[in-house]
Amino acid sequence: MEQGNGETQPNKTVKRLDPRLYQIFSLGILLTYGLLWLHFEVSIPQIAITFGTALLTQYAGTRLYKLPKFDPRSALVSAVGLCIFLRTNDLVVVVLASLIAIGSKFVIRWKSKHIFNPTNLALIAVIVSGLGWISPGQWGQIAWLGFLIACMGSLVVTRAARADVTLSFLAFYLGLLVARALWLGDPLTIPLHQIESVTLLIFSFFMISDPKTTPNARAGRIFFAFLVAVASLFVQFVLWRPNGPLWGLIVGAPLVPLIDYLFPGVRYNWPEPSSGKLTSVFSLPVPVPLSLSQSRRIS
Amino acid sequence: MNRHISFIDVFFFGKLLPYGWRRAGDHFNGAYEGTYLFSKGVARLVSDCAYATSTTLCDDHSIDPACGSREHRRPMGRSLPLTTGRGASTIELLGGRTRTDISFARTFSFLAATFLISLLFGHSTASAFCGFYVGKADTKLFNKASEVAIARHDDKTVLTMANDLKGDVKEFALVAPVPTVLEKDQIHVGDPAVLKHLADYSAPRLVEYIDENPCLRYGLIERKMDAMKSMPQAAAGKLERDRALGVTVEAQYTVGEYDILILSAEESAGLETWLTENGYRIPNGALSVLHSYLKQGLKFFVAKVNLVEQAKLGFTHLRPLQIAFESPKFVLPIRLGTVNADGAQELFVYFLTKQGRVETTNYRTVRLPEAQEIPLYVKDKFGDFYRDLFTQQVKRENERGVFLEYAWDMNWCDPCAANPLSAEELRSLGVFWQDNGGKMLRGQGQNVFLTRLHVRYDAAHFPEDLIFQETSDRSNFQARYVLRHPWTGQEECPAATAYRQQLRERYEREAQTLATLTGWNIGDIRKAMNIALVPTSDDKKWYQRLWSN
Repeated sequence: MEQGNGETQPNKTVKRLDPRLYQIFSLGILLTYGLLWLHFEVSIPQIAITFGTALLTQYAGTRLYKLPKFDPRSALVSAVGLCIFLRTNDLVVVVLASLIAIGSKFVIRWKSKHIFNPTNLALIAVIVSGLGWISPGQWGQIAWLGFLIACMGSLVVTRAARADVTLSFLAFYLGLLVARALWLGDPLTIPLHQIESVTLLIFSFFMISDPKTTPNARAGRIFFAFLVAVASLFVQFVLWRPNGPLWGLIVGAPLVPLIDYLFPGVRYNWPEPSSGKLTSVFSLPVPVPLSLSQSRRIS
Repeated sequence: MNRHISFIDVFFFGKLLPYGWRRAGDHFNGAYEGTYLFSKGVARLVSDCAYATSTTLCDDHSIDPACGSREHRRPMGRSLPLTTGRGASTIELLGGRTRTDISFARTFSFLAATFLISLLFGHSTASAFCGFYVGKADTKLFNKASEVAIARHDDKTVLTMANDLKGDVKEFALVAPVPTVLEKDQIHVGDPAVLKHLADYSAPRLVEYIDENPCLRYGLIERKMDAMKSMPQAAAGKLERDRALGVTVEAQYTVGEYDILILSAEESAGLETWLTENGYRIPNGALSVLHSYLKQGLKFFVAKVNLVEQAKLGFTHLRPLQIAFESPKFVLPIRLGTVNADGAQELFVYFLTKQGRVETTNYRTVRLPEAQEIPLYVKDKFGDFYRDLFTQQVKRENERGVFLEYAWDMNWCDPCAANPLSAEELRSLGVFWQDNGGKMLRGQGQNVFLTRLHVRYDAAHFPEDLIFQETSDRSNFQARYVLRHPWTGQEECPAATAYRQQLRERYEREAQTLATLTGWNIGDIRKAMNIALVPTSDDKKWYQRLWSN
């Protein structure tokens, strides 16, 4: 899930709709579909508490870190993501997960970028603690739904100008699955069944694509996508644990600063979607400062 | 090993019987004539639980958390025969309480406390089930049904494979991929009665309620159908041939009435040839699946019946085979069973776990519709009803769903289709984590959660083996269907008039529910219910009733 923070860039010349609004909209539709048609076991109190805690944490973080403006958009993206994925019998866990998600943005940082995708971190924390679970099979393999998500997701990432990480992750992931099937002598229906997972699509289009936690340069992002794909499949087919991609991203995220060092690029800014090419910095109406500055940016 | 046996088909996960052993309808018909399915002899007591009312009254049979204090418990002092399947037993009440009830009563404070905690922490609301159990849907309703029980904790797994072979035992064979080479101690022969008990305990069930006199209780019509949601298991030559084929017999044991081999192989063609030469009939197309499993490092567990041992033991039926192993793989290999299979197959999997409910990660796990009110006449055809309901649900999920039939803490049940399994029974199924030598103090909580999944699968819709995960979900679920008897008293009062007026609507609603759930013709349902004969509420329009005095 894409995460920004409570900060807006002082760009008056170019007005573009924030990509996070697309995310909130499309994930909201997904959640509604899940609730109404697939009978997700998510109660209204759980949804209310998730959103409430996420927004409150965002507000508290804004005040604590003295950010110029409270911006709920990123917190909303995290909250709707948690509603889609997180299942628990206990509402206290919902509060904890929302706190960890939003809180981590403010606390776990490296050179003005947060390290972990907030939703991803919260979900892994819940799984490890055994307080909740994720149902990766909850969507079923309905092809049209997958297609719908893919379309909406692609819209989002295109606007966010970071489709490369999504597409390269899917390519590596599918490629490795097909390679495994060929090695095992399995029919191709098996990797196709594995890739039909809507959960995987949501992960690819809405989570790994988070421009705030992915490397700045395109080459770095493609390398990052490769690492996450390999780690995901290692978890799934060597360790035999579910939710491989979530683990893959958690393992890959701390490597982003190193990848940024190896492949320098421009840090992402929500109102100014860019692919991160260094040269593009100089053509922007308002240059985006490189992330080496120590300015207080929680995004 | 009997090396002179004729070719036999092989029993895989999910394909427990060779082709042709069980004709379509064999079990189906048997179930219809079964002694317990319709449970005609089961006593039905007038429920003291105010079905669907805002106030829950309880009797001593109820372990409903809402029935917490003794003040609310009304001893009934009547006998409550409980069916427990074919081996039906009747438990007489002692002073209004069964032994089971006494045990339940001791655990009751724990349950009540859990319920309270769940409320404090905002769990979903627990409510009373009440109602009386009148019947269950047996696994034998379904053709080509296999049953597997899996007890698992910390990657340690005990797999129990039921065997209800009705044919010649000489023709029985089983080939199952296993993650490790199994020692003799890791193989055991189980008791079929325990597995049967587990199936009965978790079976979809039919309960009934009897409406009370509306003149006495006004809140009767107000229903809370969400009441189900609640709070909270060989010779030298032979060896040379084996070597030439690249097949290694890793181990060979005789356990109970079974001869068991653990095979590993260098390549699938050799394994296939070996199996064929040794009398196992492998379906066409299995080669690629064997290849895949071998590449994944799996070994093959192969079992046949040792007729001499069987004769010595004196068993006339085959007992379930159990294997214990430790592996991170929480997978049920179903692919061999789908190869060249004749139509879809049924699989029931019972999971006994410590933490909570089990679900599939690579297929959608769906809860069956539950707590639906259905017409009274279904009581005599509950088997038909449940089978058709299941088929409808399979279609609704595009034949790709795995269905949850039961998820419950092993401490209790309500209503009980059979009593919970004892600690000894659970231990025999592989529940090793209750470190008390199999002895459970009465009233002590059994740390076992049972999940029952039912899947109808074929190669087209289930290309991949079933992969599972254990969740921390301990919320209870059961496939339960409700019969609601109308009040037939002659008393007159405004509430009685209102009650009679809504009866026909209620029947119509039940007819619609039944049609939706089963796909049965609505016209036939109405006919069977004799809805046309039910008096209408004087056929006046709402506005006519509004101003008529």
